[in-house]
Amino acid sequence: MNALGRIVVPIVAVLIFLGIWEWIVWVNQWPNYKMASPSDLGPAFWKFKHLFLQYGFDTLWRTVAGLGLSIIFGTVIGMIMGFSRVVREGLYPLLIGFNAIPKATVVPVVALILVGRDDLNTVLIAFLISFFPIVVSVSIGLSTLEPEYRDILRSLGASKMTIFWKIALPKTLPEFFGALKIAVTLAFIGTNLMEIVEPHGKGLGHLFDSGKISANYPLMFAVMIALAFLGIALYYIVVVLEQTFAGWAERG
Amino acid sequence: MSGTQEGGGIALRNVTHFFETPDGPFQVLDDFTMVAEVGSFLALVGPSGCGKSTVTRLVSGLLTPSSGDILLGGSLVTGPRPNVGMAFQNPVMLEWRDVVGNIILPLEIVARDMPQKARVERARELLELVSLSGFENKRPSELSGGMRQRVSLCRALVHRPDVLILDEPFGALDAFTREELWLVMQSLRKKEQFTCLLITHDLRESVFLSDEVLVMSDRPARLQYQTTIELGTERSLKDLYSVEVTELLAHLRHQIEVAQGRIGSESQIIDS
Repeated sequence: MNALGRIVVPIVAVLIFLGIWEWIVWVNQWPNYKMASPSDLGPAFWKFKHLFLQYGFDTLWRTVAGLGLSIIFGTVIGMIMGFSRVVREGLYPLLIGFNAIPKATVVPVVALILVGRDDLNTVLIAFLISFFPIVVSVSIGLSTLEPEYRDILRSLGASKMTIFWKIALPKTLPEFFGALKIAVTLAFIGTNLMEIVEPHGKGLGHLFDSGKISANYPLMFAVMIALAFLGIALYYIVVVLEQTFAGWAERG
Repeated sequence: MSGTQEGGGIALRNVTHFFETPDGPFQVLDDFTMVAEVGSFLALVGPSGCGKSTVTRLVSGLLTPSSGDILLGGSLVTGPRPNVGMAFQNPVMLEWRDVVGNIILPLEIVARDMPQKARVERARELLELVSLSGFENKRPSELSGGMRQRVSLCRALVHRPDVLILDEPFGALDAFTREELWLVMQSLRKKEQFTCLLITHDLRESVFLSDEVLVMSDRPARLQYQTTIELGTERSLKDLYSVEVTELLAHLRHQIEVAQGRIGSESQIIDS
């Protein structure tokens, strides 16, 4: 597919999706308070455009901050687990157990502990929900390094740090970016979870909540579409980073 | 680079080695002794799992023997050293680097001050020797198995090591590619100076490439048999089908069977 096709085809797919949606609402004669249709969304966006920009920014920066923490802590913990068998075996059950807890149950706990610190507790949930895939990918990438790699460099007297920088780190990048694609969506869900479950007047989750309270269905749907849009944007930023730093892993 | 010190290329003196396992010590080598003269090519054959790869790890300093001495260029091996080059059956490549980038990897560790231009020049020189000129900027994923193994040989030799260790480098290749690689090895030997220790399961390969073939006994391995290959330096694949070589191969095959314990020990003669 050429460059133009790669842009046009997804846009056509989105337009077809919106068309079907509009058609279903029209055919069933659903009123606005049951199901909004795409043609209701434009006015909703326009009417609340300042709130969308402001709240969208809140959601965006807190998601990116949470993801940033995930990358830092996930990589460090993943590295330790990748290099040390004892740490790996010791931490795995703990991490899996922690990951298994539904984050909706953690939200009120975090909100209570950090009461009033809205930005911090939202970033924290985004971090908590998204760091697991990064830990796993980094630790697996490092612990499955072929012994030949190590032997070639070690037999020349290379230090552990040299082996890490020259081989282990770049070799782990494809797995890392694979995990980052999952983590970016998770972090986004985490941010919104906090904003919706414990509304504190910030973020798109709060806008959704106010739409719900005032029974403004077009607004709720507009928020959902805005969230989808932000999610897609974040995801493709990761894809671009992946192609820049780990494009070699793609076989032609 | 430093080339030929006094006292031989590779020497193992009365080397015994145990691995620690949960079931207690596990003996791999038993009083193993061998010498490879400077510039010579030695092939090590023996039953599977007899400890051949342990020998390569000991020579390269990745392992320390339980007892006995290992000498390279007359000096005792106490740990990894930069004058060794290695190539394995699995020609692992850094997939994110091109062919030249892979070949110069050892130089980045042992010759940090060497200018990048000189490194690339050296890589090109070797690529020409293995008939891969024009592949400098290919990715490893674009190479066939035989090509990868050629690149792996270049990487093993790029820093002009005194000792080249080949651990079954051609084992996973098809028969014709393998023969091509034997010829590549032969031309490398003419241009580059190294003492080579080749581990192989292929008796024809051992005879074609080496000056001496050593047969190891089953675990715990000792040197069971050793023979000099008198085929001169100009060898062609056709030589492998001569009567003498066929008889030699049959004799070596017999020694392997003795090593595997399938035939009585009365035929254990060391005739070198």
